[in-house]
Amino acid sequence: MSSTAQAIHHEEHHQSFFERWFMSTNHKDIGTLYLLFSFLMLFVGGSFAMLIRAELFEPGMQLMQPYFFNELTSMHGLVMIFGVIMPSFVGLANWMIPMQIGAPDMALPRLNNLSFWILPFAFILLLSTFFMPGGAPAAGWTMYPPLVLQGGESIAFMIFAIHLMGISSILGSINIIATILNLRAPGLDLLKMPMFCWSWLITSFLVIAVMPVLAGAVTMMLFDRFFGTNFFNAGAGGDPVMYQHVFWFFGHPEVYIMILPAFGIISEIVPTFARKPLFGYKAMVYAIACIAFLSFIVWSHHMFTVGLPLGAEVFFMFSTMLIAVPTGVKIFNWVTTMWKGSLSFETPMLWAIGFIVLFSIGGFSGVMMALVPADFQYYGTYFIVAHFHYVLVGGALFSIIGAVYYWLPKWSGHMYSTFWSKLHFWSSVISVNVLFFPQQFLGFAGMPRRIPDYNVAFADWNMVSSIGGFWFGASQLILVGVVVHCVFFSKAKATSRVWEHAYGLEWTLPSPAPHHSFTVPPVIDDSQLAHGDVSH
Amino acid sequence: MSSSNCKRRIVGAGAAFGALLVSMAAAANPVPWQMNLPKGATPVSQQIWNLHMAALWVCVALGVLVFGAMFIAMVRFRRSKGAVAETWSHNTLLEIGWTVVPVLILIGLAAPATLLTREMYNSTDAVMTVKVTGYQWLWRYDYISYDGKPVTKVPTIYSRLAADSNAARQLDSGISPYSIKAPDGTNDYLLDVTHPLVIPAGVKVRFLITADDVIHGWWVPDFAAKRDAIPGIMNDAWAKVDKPGTYLGQCYVLCGQDHSAMPVVVKVLPREEFNAWLTAQQNAATLDKAARTARVEPQQPVPAKG
Amino acid sequence: MSQPDANVYYVPHKSRWPIIAVIGMFLFMAGAANWLNGHDLSGKIVLTLGALTIIGMMFGWFGNVIRESMKGTFNSQVDTSFRMGMMWFIISEIFFFAAFFGGLFYIRTFVVPWLGGIGDKGVITNAYIWQGFSATWPTNGPQAVGGSFIAGSPWGIPLLNTLLLLSSSITVTIAHHALRIGNRKRLIGFLGLTILLGLTFLCCQAYEYWESYVHLNMTLHSGIYGATFYILTGFHGLHVTLGTIMLIVMWLRCLRGHFNRENHFAFEAVSWYWHFVDVIWLCLFLFVYIL
Ligand code: HEA
Ligand code: HEA
Ligand code: CUA
Ligand SMILES: [Cu+2]
Repeated sequence: MSSTAQAIHHEEHHQSFFERWFMSTNHKDIGTLYLLFSFLMLFVGGSFAMLIRAELFEPGMQLMQPYFFNELTSMHGLVMIFGVIMPSFVGLANWMIPMQIGAPDMALPRLNNLSFWILPFAFILLLSTFFMPGGAPAAGWTMYPPLVLQGGESIAFMIFAIHLMGISSILGSINIIATILNLRAPGLDLLKMPMFCWSWLITSFLVIAVMPVLAGAVTMMLFDRFFGTNFFNAGAGGDPVMYQHVFWFFGHPEVYIMILPAFGIISEIVPTFARKPLFGYKAMVYAIACIAFLSFIVWSHHMFTVGLPLGAEVFFMFSTMLIAVPTGVKIFNWVTTMWKGSLSFETPMLWAIGFIVLFSIGGFSGVMMALVPADFQYYGTYFIVAHFHYVLVGGALFSIIGAVYYWLPKWSGHMYSTFWSKLHFWSSVISVNVLFFPQQFLGFAGMPRRIPDYNVAFADWNMVSSIGGFWFGASQLILVGVVVHCVFFSKAKATSRVWEHAYGLEWTLPSPAPHHSFTVPPVIDDSQLAHGDVSH
Repeated sequence: MSSSNCKRRIVGAGAAFGALLVSMAAAANPVPWQMNLPKGATPVSQQIWNLHMAALWVCVALGVLVFGAMFIAMVRFRRSKGAVAETWSHNTLLEIGWTVVPVLILIGLAAPATLLTREMYNSTDAVMTVKVTGYQWLWRYDYISYDGKPVTKVPTIYSRLAADSNAARQLDSGISPYSIKAPDGTNDYLLDVTHPLVIPAGVKVRFLITADDVIHGWWVPDFAAKRDAIPGIMNDAWAKVDKPGTYLGQCYVLCGQDHSAMPVVVKVLPREEFNAWLTAQQNAATLDKAARTARVEPQQPVPAKG
Repeated sequence: MSQPDANVYYVPHKSRWPIIAVIGMFLFMAGAANWLNGHDLSGKIVLTLGALTIIGMMFGWFGNVIRESMKGTFNSQVDTSFRMGMMWFIISEIFFFAAFFGGLFYIRTFVVPWLGGIGDKGVITNAYIWQGFSATWPTNGPQAVGGSFIAGSPWGIPLLNTLLLLSSSITVTIAHHALRIGNRKRLIGFLGLTILLGLTFLCCQAYEYWESYVHLNMTLHSGIYGATFYILTGFHGLHVTLGTIMLIVMWLRCLRGHFNRENHFAFEAVSWYWHFVDVIWLCLFLFVYIL
C-alpha cells in the first residue's frame, strides 16, 4: 500500500466526534449525514402531512385556522421536496457512486462537506418562519406571486433558504459529475457503469441547469417585495405569469431530478433479484437522457389554464405526452428483466416491484393530465395531488426505502430483520393506496387542492384517505425500528456480496465497507458488472 | 362530526355508491362517494368526458398488460419453484415495438385532444359576454353585452359565500356542515353564494376572466369552463349550457386563507325567463330592493375569524 | 504528505473550512433577511459578521488549497476535478442569467403586446383593463409605474463598456499565453491591464447608473423596463466585481510566482470566468441595450 493510503488510514483512528461529523472529507460519513438529515426531514414534513390529513378528516374546521393550513401545505411540499427526496438521493449518491466506480471518495471531498452542511442551516432558516410574525410561507410550494408577496417576515427567509438549498444541490451535483467523469477506475467505460451512476450523472446536469433558474425566480420575487421592482405587476408591464414560466422551467426538470435516480436504483435492484442481466442496458441509458432532454420543453403543462396561446397548449401537450415513451421503455425493460429470470422476493425487491406499479399508476395519471382539454377539468384538484404523490411517494420515496434495504447491510455490516422489513413493505404499500387512490376520485369529483375545508360530498373519500395517511405514517415508524436494530443490535453479519446475485464493484468490498472505499484503482472484470457482460 | 351524521352517511353510502358507478348524469352537485368526472352540461364538457374516459381506459388497459406480465413473471419464474435464469438481455424487435406502439397510442389520444382544444379556444360568436373578476374572497360579475347590444343598467353582482356556510366554517362554530341545506334539500356547504351569476340557456356565453388582487381560478366543472383569473390580464372561456339549472364550482387557485370559501354558482335560466329577469334588473328603479337578485352593496368580504 | 502518485487517489485531510463557510453563509443570509424585514440593527450586525466569516473562510480555505498545490500534493486527476468543478459552476451561472433573459424575452414577446392590445388575448386585456395603452419598448407599463423616464442610448457608455470588456478578454488571453511561454513580465503587465479594464468598466457602469437615476429617472422602480434592466446589468456588474477581485488575487499570486507553465489552474479558472462575464455582457448589450 502506498504512503498516501497509509496516511488515509492513519487518520481515521484519531478523530473526535466533531472532527468526524463536522469536518469530514469522507463520502460515507457525509452520505450518512445526508441520509440522517433527510430521514429527520421526512418526519418533519410527514408530521405536517399528518396535520393536513387530520384537518381534512371531516368537513368543517376542527384543528386550525385556514391560514395555518396553508402554511402547513406549503411547508410540507417544500420540506418533502428539498429536504427529503433530493438530499436522500444525494446521500445515496455519496455512499454508492465512489464504491460503484472504484474510487476512494468523491472528487471534491471538502466541497462535499460544504454541500451537506448548507442544508441543515437552510432548513433552520426555512422552518424558523413558523415562529415569525405572519407565520410561515403560505402560498404553496410553488410560491406564486402576487399571493406570496402578501406574506409577512417569512418571505425573505424563505427566499434565502431556497438560495442556500440551490447552492447546496448545485455544488453536490458538480461533485457528482466530477467524480463520475474523472474518478472511474481504469477500464470502467461510461457504458459499463452501473445504472445508478448513469442516472445520477444525468440528474446532475439537470440540477446544474435548473436550480439557478429557481434562484432567479425567487430573486425577482425578492426584488419585487423589497426593492420596488415590478416584475410581476401587469400595471407596470410585468406579468404574474412570468414567474410561473420561470418557476416551471425549473419545476418540471425538478420532478425528474426526483425520479431519475430512482430509475437508477430500480435498475440495480431488479437484475439482482431476477438473477438475470438488466434488459436493454443501453436503451435504459438513452431513455434517461431522452427524458432529461424532454423535461426542458414541457414546463407549461403546469399552466394549461393560465391562458396560453393555442399553439403553446398543443406544443406542450405533445412534448409532455412524448415523455411517456422513454419512460415506458424503462418500465418494459424492468418487466422483461424479470421475465424468464429466477426471481426471489427479498425486501428490496418488494419495494422495487411496488415502485414499478405505483410509479406507473402515477405516470398514467400524468399522461391523462397532459391532454389539454382533460387537464382543464383536473387542474387544481386532488387528481393532481394523487398524481404527484403516486410518483413521489410510490416512486421516489419507495425507491429510496428500497435502496436503503438493498445497501444497508453493505453500510452497516449487519443484516436487518426480514420479518419487520417485509411487514414495513406490506403495510406501506397497502396504506399508500388507501391514502392516495381515493384522492383521484376526489379530484374527479371536483375537490380543489390546498383547501382546509370542503363540501360534505367530499367527506367520505377524505376520511378514507386520512385513515390511509395515518396508517402510512405509522408504518414508517417500522423503518426506524428496522434501521436502528440493524445498525446497533443486529448480530447477523453481512457477507461482502450480501445478495447472491449482486454484481458491481461495491459488492467486492467487505461489509461494512472500509472507510475509504478504493485506495488504489480496482481491476475491472466485465462479468462482475451489475448488468452483466455488456459486450453482447 | 356527530355520530348520527356518521350513521346517516354510512347508510346512504352504499346506495349512492352503486348509483354513481352507473350514471353520473346531469348532477350539478358533487355527490358522496363520487368517483368520476361529471359528464357536465355542455357539448364541450361531454367531449372532455369522452376523452377522459378514453384516456382512462387506455391507461387501465396498459396497466393490466404491464402489471399482468409482471405478475405472470412473478408467479412463473420464481427461484423457489426452481426457475433457472436465462442470460439474454436484448431483443431489438421487441424494443422497437414498445417504442412505436406507445407513440401510436399517444397520437390516438392527442389528435382528438388537439381538435377539442381548438374548439375550446374558439370563443367567437358569443351571444352574451360577462366579465368575471376575482377578489379575496368573492366573485364580481358584470354583464357586458347580450344579443349584440351592450348591457346597461344591470347592477354588478357580488357573489360571496352564503352566510350559513360562512357561520358554519368558523373554527369551533359548533354548526355541523351537514346542516347546511339548499332549498331542495341537498347539502351546499361551501358551495352556495349570496348572489349567483345568472345566464341564459342555449346560447354561447363568453366569460372574460380577471382578478383584482391575487390569482384566482374561475371554474364550473359542468361547463368545463375554467380559466385562471390573473390580475391585470384578461382571459376568456365560454360555455353553451343547454339545460337550465344551478351549477356549482369553486375557486381552484390558492388565493389566501379563504381560498376554500369562494364558490362559483351559476344559475342558468331558460332564455325567456332570463330575458324577463334581465329586464327586471334593468328596471331597477321600479323594483323593491329585496326583490332584486343582483344588487348588493359592495362591501368587504367577511374573513374567517382569527 | 507524500508526493502524488499517478496510480493512487488523493483525498484531502479533514477540513474546518466548509463548516465555517456554512456558518458564514447562514449568518449572512439570516442577517440580510432580518435587515430586509426592518430589524435594522440586529440585521446589519449579523450580516456583517457573516460577511467577515465568509471572507476569512475564503482566505483560509483558498490559502490551504494554494499551499497544497504549491507543495505538489495534487496529481493531475485532482487538477481535472478542479477544472470540471469550475466549468460546471460557470454553466450553472449561465443558467442563472438565462432565467432573467427568459423573463425579459417573455415580457417583450408576449406580455407587452398583450397589454397593448395585440393578439386575441391582447384585445380583451387592453379593452377591459388597460384602455389606451399601446405596446412600446422600453415601457413602464400602462400605469406608468415610476413616472416617465428615458432609457439611455446604447451607443454611449454601453458601447464603451463593450469595447472595454472585449479588450479585457483579449488582454487576459495574452497574459495566459505569456504565462504558458514563461514570459513573466508580459504576464504581469497584461494581467494588470485586464484588471484596469475591469475597474474602468465598473466605474463606467456606476456612472451610467448614477446618470440614469439622477438625470433620466430610470430606476429600479421604472416598471418592467427598469426592473429587467437593473436585474440583468446589476447581476452582471456584480459578477464583474467578483471577477475583478479574483483577477487581482491572481495578479498578486503571479507576482509571488505561484504559477508555472504547466501548473496554473487557478489562473485559467479565473480567465474562464472572465470570458463568461464577457459573453454575458455581449448578450446584455444586444438584448437589453440595442434591441
Ligand atoms: C417524481 C415526480 C414526477 C414525475 C416522474 C412526473 C411524471 C409525469 N408528470 Fe407530473 N407532476 C409532479 C411530479 C411528477 N410528475 C408534481 C409534483 C406535479 C404537481 C406540481 C404542483 O402543481 O404542485 C405534477 C404535475 C403534473 C402536471 C400538471 C397538472 C396540473 O397541474 O394540471 C402534468 C400535466 O401534464 C404532469 C404530467 C406528467 C407526465 C406526463 C409525467 C410522465 O413522466 C409520466 C410517464 C410515465 C408513464 C406514462 C407510466 C409508464 C409508461 C408506460 C407503461 C408506457 C406506456 C404508456 C402510455 C403509452 C401512456 N404532471
Ligand atoms: C416528495 C414528496 C412528498 C411526500 C413524500 C409526501 C408525503 C405525503 N403527503 Fe404530500 N405533498 C407534496 C409532496 C410530498 N408529499 C407536495 C409537493 C405537495 C404540494 C404542496 C402544495 O400544494 O404546495 C403535497 C401536498 C399534500 C397534500 C395536499 C395538501 C393540500 O392541497 O392542501 C396532502 C393531503 O393529503 C398530502 C399528504 C401527504 C401524506 C399523507 C404523505 C405521507 O406519505 C407522509 C408519510 C410520512 C410520515 C407521516 C412521517 C413519518 C411518521 C411520523 C411522523 C410518525 C407519526 C405519525 C403517526 C403515528 C400517524 N400532501
Ligand atoms: Cu380565490 Cu382561490
Ligand atoms: Cu411537470
